[in-house]
Amino acid sequence: MLHRSLPCFLALFAALAFLGLAAPACAASDADLAAAVAKLGEPGFSEKLEAIETLATLGDTRAVPALQALTDGNLYLRDADNLLVVATEGDPDYRLSDPLTGAALGSAGFAELSRVIANNRLRSAIHTALAKLQIGDPDPTRRLAAAQEIARDNAPETAALLSEVLEHETNAGVRAAIAISLAKINLSSELPAERLAALKKLSDTLTLEVRTLLAPLTSANSDGSFAEPDPTVRKEASLLVSRIDRRLVLQDLALNLFQGISLGSVLLLAAVGLAITFGVMGVINMAHGEMIMLGAYTAFCVQEAFRMWLPESVFGLYLIVSIPAAFVVAGLVGIALERGIIRFLYGRPLETLLATWGISLILQQVVRSVFGAPNREVSNPAWMTGAFEPLPGMVLTWNRISIILFALAVLVAIGLLMRFTSYGLQMRAVTQNRPMAAAMGIPSGWVDALTFGLGSGIAGVAGVALSQVGNVSPNLGQTYIVDSFMVVVFGGVGSLWGVLAGAMSLGIVNKILEPYAGAMLGKILVLVLLILFIQKRPRGLFALRGRAAEA
Amino acid sequence: MPDADTVPAAAAPAPANKSRGRNTRVSEAKARLAANTILYVDGVTVAFDGFRALNELSLFIEKGELRTIIGPNGAGKTTMMDVVTGKTRPDKGDVLFDEGSVDLTRLDEAAIANLGIGRKFQKPTVFEHLTVFENLELALKTDRRILATLLFRLGAAQARRIDETMGLIGLGDRRSARAGTLSHGQKQWLEIGMLLMQEPQLLLLDEPVAGMTDHETEATAEMLLDIARERSVIVVEHDMEFVRRLGAKVTVLHEGSVLAEGSIDYVQNDARVIEVYLGR
Amino acid sequence: MTRLFRIQSKAGWAAFVVIFGIALVAVPWLNLMIPVDSPYHLPDYMVSLLGKYLCYALLALSLDLVWGYAGALSLGHGAFFALGGYCMGMHLMRQIGTRGVYGNADLPDFMVFLNWKELPWYWFGFDHFAFAMVMVVLVPGVLAFVFGWFAFRSRITGVYFSIITQAMLFAFMLAFFRNEMGFGGNNGLTDFKDLLGYDLHDQSTRVGLYVASVVLLACGFLIGRFISSSKLGRVLVAIRDAESRVRFLGYSVTNAKLFAFTISAVLAGLAGALYVPQVGIINPSEFSPANSIEVAVWVAVGGRGTLFGAILGAFAINGAKSYFTGAAPEIWLFFLGALFIGVTLLMPKGILGLASGLAARLKRPPAATPQQETALVAGREHA
Repeated sequence: MLHRSLPCFLALFAALAFLGLAAPACAASDADLAAAVAKLGEPGFSEKLEAIETLATLGDTRAVPALQALTDGNLYLRDADNLLVVATEGDPDYRLSDPLTGAALGSAGFAELSRVIANNRLRSAIHTALAKLQIGDPDPTRRLAAAQEIARDNAPETAALLSEVLEHETNAGVRAAIAISLAKINLSSELPAERLAALKKLSDTLTLEVRTLLAPLTSANSDGSFAEPDPTVRKEASLLVSRIDRRLVLQDLALNLFQGISLGSVLLLAAVGLAITFGVMGVINMAHGEMIMLGAYTAFCVQEAFRMWLPESVFGLYLIVSIPAAFVVAGLVGIALERGIIRFLYGRPLETLLATWGISLILQQVVRSVFGAPNREVSNPAWMTGAFEPLPGMVLTWNRISIILFALAVLVAIGLLMRFTSYGLQMRAVTQNRPMAAAMGIPSGWVDALTFGLGSGIAGVAGVALSQVGNVSPNLGQTYIVDSFMVVVFGGVGSLWGVLAGAMSLGIVNKILEPYAGAMLGKILVLVLLILFIQKRPRGLFALRGRAAEA
Repeated sequence: MPDADTVPAAAAPAPANKSRGRNTRVSEAKARLAANTILYVDGVTVAFDGFRALNELSLFIEKGELRTIIGPNGAGKTTMMDVVTGKTRPDKGDVLFDEGSVDLTRLDEAAIANLGIGRKFQKPTVFEHLTVFENLELALKTDRRILATLLFRLGAAQARRIDETMGLIGLGDRRSARAGTLSHGQKQWLEIGMLLMQEPQLLLLDEPVAGMTDHETEATAEMLLDIARERSVIVVEHDMEFVRRLGAKVTVLHEGSVLAEGSIDYVQNDARVIEVYLGR
Repeated sequence: MTRLFRIQSKAGWAAFVVIFGIALVAVPWLNLMIPVDSPYHLPDYMVSLLGKYLCYALLALSLDLVWGYAGALSLGHGAFFALGGYCMGMHLMRQIGTRGVYGNADLPDFMVFLNWKELPWYWFGFDHFAFAMVMVVLVPGVLAFVFGWFAFRSRITGVYFSIITQAMLFAFMLAFFRNEMGFGGNNGLTDFKDLLGYDLHDQSTRVGLYVASVVLLACGFLIGRFISSSKLGRVLVAIRDAESRVRFLGYSVTNAKLFAFTISAVLAGLAGALYVPQVGIINPSEFSPANSIEVAVWVAVGGRGTLFGAILGAFAINGAKSYFTGAAPEIWLFFLGALFIGVTLLMPKGILGLASGLAARLKRPPAATPQQETALVAGREHA
C-alpha cells in the first residue's frame, strides 16, 4: 500500500505548490475583477447575470466570497455611498466587509443597508460560476464537489476549462470526477473523433459511474440501430465497459475477501481457545461460548467504570484495559470449572459435553439475572471508528481491520507461549503422553487447570473483540459455538495452523457464497460442504496421521 | 483341547467366496508366485508423515505354518498386522491371501475377518459390558449381515461349542461374568477364545503372553501349538523363552523390513540381529 | 412368534402391561368418565400435557437406542422429530381448506401472504393422510440413512459425530427459518383445524391422540427391546465398548450403526408427528440445538442403555419443567444446568442405575429383579 501511495502524496504536494504559484499569474487584472464584482450591485438581473458570467470566465478565485455572499443573501449596498459590502449579522449592528478583499468596513444598522437580491436563475448561474472557480481550490474535496457540479450542467463551453484542469489535477478521485464530467460533455459531441478522444480520456477511470455512462453507447436500440452510430467509438466503448466489468469483479472479490478475512478473524478468535481445550486437552467445552460472553460483559463493565470514574479524555483506553480484564475473568472462571467439574470427567468426552452444556445454561442465566436479558451496548472507541478507502468503492472499516490484526496477534502470542515457555513445553508434554509427563514430575493436574484457564481466557479476550462488532447479550456465546466447533473440526484438532486455516477458509467461503446465495443459504451451504468435507478428512485439514492419531 | 468335533477341520470358507468380487481378483502371475502360501506379503511400504513404518517388507507364510515375528520397538510388527487385517492401507506392495487368490489391500476389516483372518490385539480388547458367553457368541462364525444378526437364535450345538471353548480357555465358571471384571490374563484368553470361535484360517497374535505369569505363559504356549495344528498362525512376541518354546521359524523385523529369518538358534547368532538388539 | 415374547423377562412383561395398561385406560377414564367437579377428575389440559410428554418420551427412547446402545450421541435428533412434525403439520395445513384467514382452498395462509401463486411441488400429496404418514416415516428415515451412511462410513465417532449431527440440525434450523423454503418461515405451521375429520379442539379427539401416543410409545418400547435383546443389540453394545474389535470380528460397524440410527430417526419422526396435533404448532425452534441436547439429559437422568430409563427421564424432567416454568421461571435454567452437571458427575447410570444399585444392596445374593432386568444393558442369560 505504502509504495503506491507515496508517489501519489508527492504529486499532490507538487500540485498544491503549482496552484499556489499559478493562481496569481493567470488571474485577471484587478481592475476587471473589481469592475465585475461592482457590477453585481446593479439593480437589473441581466446585468448581474453578465457580471456573474464575467467573473466565471475571469477564473479568479478571489471572486468566490462575493458570489457566495450573493447566493446566501449577505451581499448589501450601503445606502450612504452605494458601496457593495458583505454584511454579517452582529450585535446590535451588522459588520461590514469588502466583498473582494475581505477588509473590515465598520458596521451599520439594518436600516442603512439594502440587500442585493438574487433570483433562482441567478443562483444557478452562481452555482456554475462557483464550481468553475472552485475547481482550482487547493482542497481536493471542494474540487471534487466543483467537478461534480459542473458535470451536472453538461454545458459544452465548460469543456475547455475542465480539460485544462484535468491536465494538472493529481488527486485520483477528483481526476475521475473531472474526467467523467468532461467525457459526458465530449460524448455528446457531433464529431466521432472527439467522442473517441473522450473515451480515451476515461481509460484510467474504471468506476461504476463510467460504466453507467458508457452502457447506452454499447447497447442497441429497440429497432436494431445503435445509439452510437460510429463503429470504432462503439468498439472502444464496449472494450472499456468490459475492462470496467473485470475491474469491478476484482474489486468485489477483494472486498469479499476482506470481509471473509474479517469474519474469519472473528471465528479465529472464537475458536482458538476452543482449539486449546478441545484440541490439546480433548475436553469438549460447550460452555466455551459463554466464556466469550463473559469477556464481552467484562468489556461492558470496564466501559461503564471508565464512564463513571475516569475523565472523558482517557475513555478511549477502556478497550485496552478490557483485554487483560476479560482474560483474567474468563480465565479464572475456566480454572474454577476445570477444578470443580471437568477434571472428574476426563476420558468421558460425551459426559463432558453434557456437563459443560449445563454450565453454559447456568452462566447464561446468571448473566441474564445480573445484567438483564436485553442487549448491552459496548461502543467503539474513537480510534476504531471510521474507515479506510484504498480504492474508490472499497471501504474497510477500522474496527474490522483492528480485529484482523488483533486475531493474528493473539494467534502469534499463543504460538510463542506454546513454543518458547516452560509452561508451553509442559503442556505439550502432557498432551502427548500424560503418564510419562506425570512420571517426569510435571504436575499434570496443574497444567490441565492452567490450560483450561488459558483457553477460557482467550475466549474472554475474543469476547472483548466481538463486543466491538456485534451486540452483547446473554446469548452471545450461542451464536458462535457451532461455528467455533466447525472451525476446529475443519482445521484439525490440536494444530494452531489448522485453526487459522479453518477459520479463514470458513470465513472466506461464507462471504464469497453470500452474494450469490444470501446470508442464511450461504451458511447452510457452508455447513453442508463441511459435513461432506469431514467425510474425506474425518480428522480435519491438519490432522496427524499414523498410529498416534488413532488412539 | 479343540478336537475334530468342536472345530470343523475343513474351515470351508463359504462366506469368503462370496466377498471375492471383481476388485479382489488377482493376476495369474502373482497367484502363481503365491502358490502354497496362506499369506503373501511382497514389497509393502507404509509411510506416516515421512516416517517409513514398513519399508519394502516381504513375508511369505505357508499353509499350516506357525511363524513367530520378533523385532525391537518400532520395527513395524504392529503395522504389518494392520496392513494384513485392513486397518492400514499400504502405499505400495501386494498383500495376497489364500494362495494368492484374494488381494487384501482392497478389502475392509470386516471383509478380511470374514475371509478367515483373525487378530488378537496387543492390549487385550474384549467387550467389557458383555458377559464372557456373549463375547464368545458374538465371535461365533455365523452370517454377519444385519438382518440375520437381528433375527439370530443360538442353536443348541452352537451353545455347546461356546461352552466347550469356555472350558478350553479356562473360563467355564465365569460364563455370566462381565468381561470387564476378568483379570488381565483371563482377558487375553477370552480374546484367544473369541478368535477360535471365528474359525479363522490364519491367526495373527500380537504379544499373546504379555503380562501373563509363567504358568499362564506355559499354558498359552500349549494352547497355541494345539491351535497351529489346524491353521496358520503368526505370533508377534518379545518373550524369547516363549518364542523358543514355540519352536517355530522366526522372522526378525527391523526398520520396516526383514532382517533375518530362520530357526531361533540361527537368528540369535546372527551378527546383525545381535547388533540391532544390543546396540552398536 | 416366541422370539417376541422372549424380549423381556416375565417380570418385565408384567411391569410393561401394568404401566402401559394404566396409562392407556386410567387417564382417559379419569378425564372423560369422572365428573368435572370430582377431585378425581383429570383436567383436560393434563391429558394434552401427558400426550406431549409421551411424544417426548418416544423421542428420548429413540435417542437411547443410538446413544445408550451404539454409543453414538446424536445431537441432531431434534431434526428428525421436527421433520416428522412438519410432515404432519403439512397434512394438517392442507386439511384447513377454505377455513383459513384468506379462505384460499389451494394455498395455506402464509403462502397467500407471501404472494405465492401455486403450491410448491413438495407440498403435493400431503392432502392425503396416508401419504403424509408415509412421509413421516420416510423423510426422517431417508435423511438419517443418507447422513448416517456418510458419517459412519468415514468412521466419525464420539464427539465428532455429536458435532456434525449438531451442524446438520443447525443447517436445518437456518433453512426452516427462511420464508422461501415454503414451510411458513419463522411462524411455522399452525391454526390447525381437524385430523381425519375429527376436530382437534374436541376433548375426545385429544384423548384419542393421547391414546395413540401411548400405543405408539408402547410399540416403540417393544421395537427397542426387540433390537436390544437381539444379537444385533449386543453387537451395538460391543461397538460402544470397542468399535474396531467388532470390525475384526467381521461385523460391518457401519451397517449396524446405520440400522440403529435409521430406526431411531423413524421413531423420532413418529414422535414428532403425534406431537404436532397435540400442541397445535410446529415451528423452526424445534430445530434449535438446545432442544436436542436437552433430550440427551432426559436419557442420562433416566439411565441410558435401558430404554425404560429414557421414558422415565423424559417424564421426570418435563414434569419438572412444567412445574418450574409456572412457579419460578428464572430458576428453571439453573435447575436444568445443575441437572446436566449433577447427572454426569454423580449418577452416570441415572435413576435406574441408582435404583438397581440400591436393590442389589438390599437383596443379596442378587436375583434378577425387575429393575435389573431393565436397567442392565442387554445383560441376559442364554439358558
